[in-house]
Amino acid sequence: MKKYRFYMMTLMGALLLSSCGTGGDKGANGALGSSAAEKVYVAPGEQDSYYAFMSGGYSGNITVYGLPSGRMFKEIPVFSQFPTSGYGYSEETKPMLNTSFGFVPWDDAHHPDISQTNGELDGRWIFINGNNTPRIARIDLSTFETAEIIEVPNSAGNHSSSFITENTEYVVAGTRFSVPVPQRDMPINEYKGNFKGAVSFISVAPDTGRLNLEFQLIMPGFNYDLAHPGRGDSHGWFFFTTYNTEEANTLQEVNASQNDKDFIAAINWKKIEEYVKNGGGTKMATEYAHNVYDEHTHTGTSTMKNEVITVNPTDVPGAVFFLPTPKSPHGCDVDPSGQYIIGNGKLSADLTIHSFDKMIAAIEGQKFDGEAYGIPILKFEDVLAGTVESGGLGPLHTEFDAEGNAYTTFFISSEVVKWKLGTWEVIDRKPTFYSVGHLMIPGGNSRKPFGKYVVAMNKITKDRYLPTGPEMEHSAQIYDISGEKMELIYDFPTHGEPHYAAGCPAELLAPKSKKIYRLDDNKHPFAINNPSEARVERDGNVVHVYMSTIRSHFTPDNIEGIKVGDKVYFHITNHEQDFDVPHGFSIIGQNTSELLIMPGQTKTSLWEPKKVGVWPFYCTDFCSALHQEMQGYVRVSPASSNLELSWSLGE
Amino acid sequence: MKKASLLMMIGPIFLLGLFIFPLWNIELGAPQYPDPLGINIYINGLEGQNEFDIQNIDGLNHYIGMKTLPKPEDMWEFSVFPMVIGGMVFLGVLIGFLGYLGKLSYHWFFGWFVAMSILGVLGMYDFNAWLIDYGTNLDPKAIMKLQNPDGTPMSYKPPLLGHQKMLNFDAYSYPRLGAYLMFVGMCLTILAGYLGWKNRRALKTKHTKSLSHA
Repeated sequence: MKKYRFYMMTLMGALLLSSCGTGGDKGANGALGSSAAEKVYVAPGEQDSYYAFMSGGYSGNITVYGLPSGRMFKEIPVFSQFPTSGYGYSEETKPMLNTSFGFVPWDDAHHPDISQTNGELDGRWIFINGNNTPRIARIDLSTFETAEIIEVPNSAGNHSSSFITENTEYVVAGTRFSVPVPQRDMPINEYKGNFKGAVSFISVAPDTGRLNLEFQLIMPGFNYDLAHPGRGDSHGWFFFTTYNTEEANTLQEVNASQNDKDFIAAINWKKIEEYVKNGGGTKMATEYAHNVYDEHTHTGTSTMKNEVITVNPTDVPGAVFFLPTPKSPHGCDVDPSGQYIIGNGKLSADLTIHSFDKMIAAIEGQKFDGEAYGIPILKFEDVLAGTVESGGLGPLHTEFDAEGNAYTTFFISSEVVKWKLGTWEVIDRKPTFYSVGHLMIPGGNSRKPFGKYVVAMNKITKDRYLPTGPEMEHSAQIYDISGEKMELIYDFPTHGEPHYAAGCPAELLAPKSKKIYRLDDNKHPFAINNPSEARVERDGNVVHVYMSTIRSHFTPDNIEGIKVGDKVYFHITNHEQDFDVPHGFSIIGQNTSELLIMPGQTKTSLWEPKKVGVWPFYCTDFCSALHQEMQGYVRVSPASSNLELSWSLGE
Repeated sequence: MKKASLLMMIGPIFLLGLFIFPLWNIELGAPQYPDPLGINIYINGLEGQNEFDIQNIDGLNHYIGMKTLPKPEDMWEFSVFPMVIGGMVFLGVLIGFLGYLGKLSYHWFFGWFVAMSILGVLGMYDFNAWLIDYGTNLDPKAIMKLQNPDGTPMSYKPPLLGHQKMLNFDAYSYPRLGAYLMFVGMCLTILAGYLGWKNRRALKTKHTKSLSHA
């Protein structure tokens, strides 16, 4: 026994010595705790263990980060023109930003959500909503490019979106602003009782991901703030937080904050789906754009649709209920089991947790506390599972780990609070810097969270980084949540204003990420298979240049016979088939943007020469040692010139 | 002799592997190519180690004025080599079969091995000659004309066997499965010859012994 103790002592001594040997920052965790630096350090040549997709807010796009390093990998253009790649400027991608209001080159991108199968992340697509001109986008996670955008009619401020059901049956889009449905000329102060809130169910084809607006539920004129799907037992239901149940039309800051309780709307979408399948609902004339990008033609097409099926909730008994929830709840979050629905009452100190089982019991027992516009209101006490009395202020959003814990952001008191599902006790709280909005745990909105890190997305940056004048990027913080207590391990700036994020393990996406587009799959009508097919064709004042790029020259690189007033379409095919060898194309006086063309891809830039002269074009991507030589000339003659078209390379 | 003849029939069949598997491989690695570029050399043509490697190697080589890598129709070797290998396999199996029937002696086994070895050496010589031409016969209008310290033009000939540093690239040249199968097959034919020889001696001794008894 004595001997045993001696061995233990030696072992302990050795441990202490070795941990002293690593030196450095010990922090508050004592000599045995590993340092925060080690936890976020991804050594040169190594890769992160998680992807994080952050919404760009007013940037209109998605940024892709690695966790735990916080390194940004890519900005995916979605709703905003992006001169870096030519998205929204090239002829192929202009249709992607078409709407019933015409070309809208910007949006406010809010809530990304990764596709799921059986409630677990499957990594096929990520969806995101455009808030301002209501749209839903689908991004392909093998190319990390926007594949589809569908406009949402009868909606305004598309905020309680783009959340998916647990088998990606639907992506759901709820309106923040209620508006006249259909839109019409009427006095604003007649809002109450007249404005409506449309909640849209957009189906996702399991094989292609193709979106289709199946039906819209025309709800009372509240503001539908955030949403999440039921999962497990509650699969088939969708939950939406509401505010402005007062139906105020002015000074909402005050007037929409009067009711002690607003609602969480519980919607049995399976019931409504069945109702619509059996011919229920009303066809309403409307107008919305549906834009699809084809990866093989490298071209987007925009189609206008002019009809939508609307459903009056009172026509489908037992499909929609209101759960009273204190104080203008923001986040509406469902735990991994699907049992608890969390209302983050942003104007209170407490979180309200509803029980799905209790809700079903109350519905079955017909225990209602009145109704709103014919929709039954359940009794608060009957559906309440518990309250988290956190001591924080301004709860906004909750995510979950796999151990039965929940993590809630508190905007006003600037902190993340960890609490236990079922007992509702607070386990830990850590400050954020500053005023945290949303937070993200990879898979934290699914049946299977990966609870290693939580990323807090802060609304206010102030002094966290070197100052850059009045305007700064927003700050994010990473906490290690693998232990009982959360540990702040990293700060990093984000791009735009992330309103939410979605994350997943790296191995879900990295192996299937495309390296090139195959030339033999290129079905672009203006593509050329080989540089020898390069040519220039004139049709009236429209000129098509079929151009090739390969290290390090354009074919052709001398073009003559172009005239002032021509519309010159440069169709550039990148004939490289090597990973990470894009070529760029820019020409003086281009009124759009450059093009950045991936290997095997074809993109088109429209150039309308206005001045006589000899004008250069060049490759904008440093493609090789001879990148600087990758250039050419276009001779532009007066409109009256009779010079024949000619083109050449190396003559 | 039956065992030896069977081996002699099996050995050449291993050479058929050359129609399926590459004979040789030349691989080029560089810092900007974490996945190295490579050429698999078959008896009837070249193939990229990854799908687009040939195109990408040609793309790089045009800077230094090297010719593009040959297509099967560009080199007579790619049509002759398969015929030679096919013929030798047929001949070897035939020799083994005739040996089995007792119509041919083990000397023919060695004979086949020697003939195959001479062809192999000739093949290597030809391969090396092509490498020299490919690595030194450069376009006079090459974008980059590099010289050795002594002023002579730099050669880009990859090694016949082994590793060599070439500019920013590490070139590796090694046999592949087809060559190893050929090696195994040829070893089997020597073994066949050896067994035939041993068997013959044993027979001879036995014969002498029985004669002395008489």
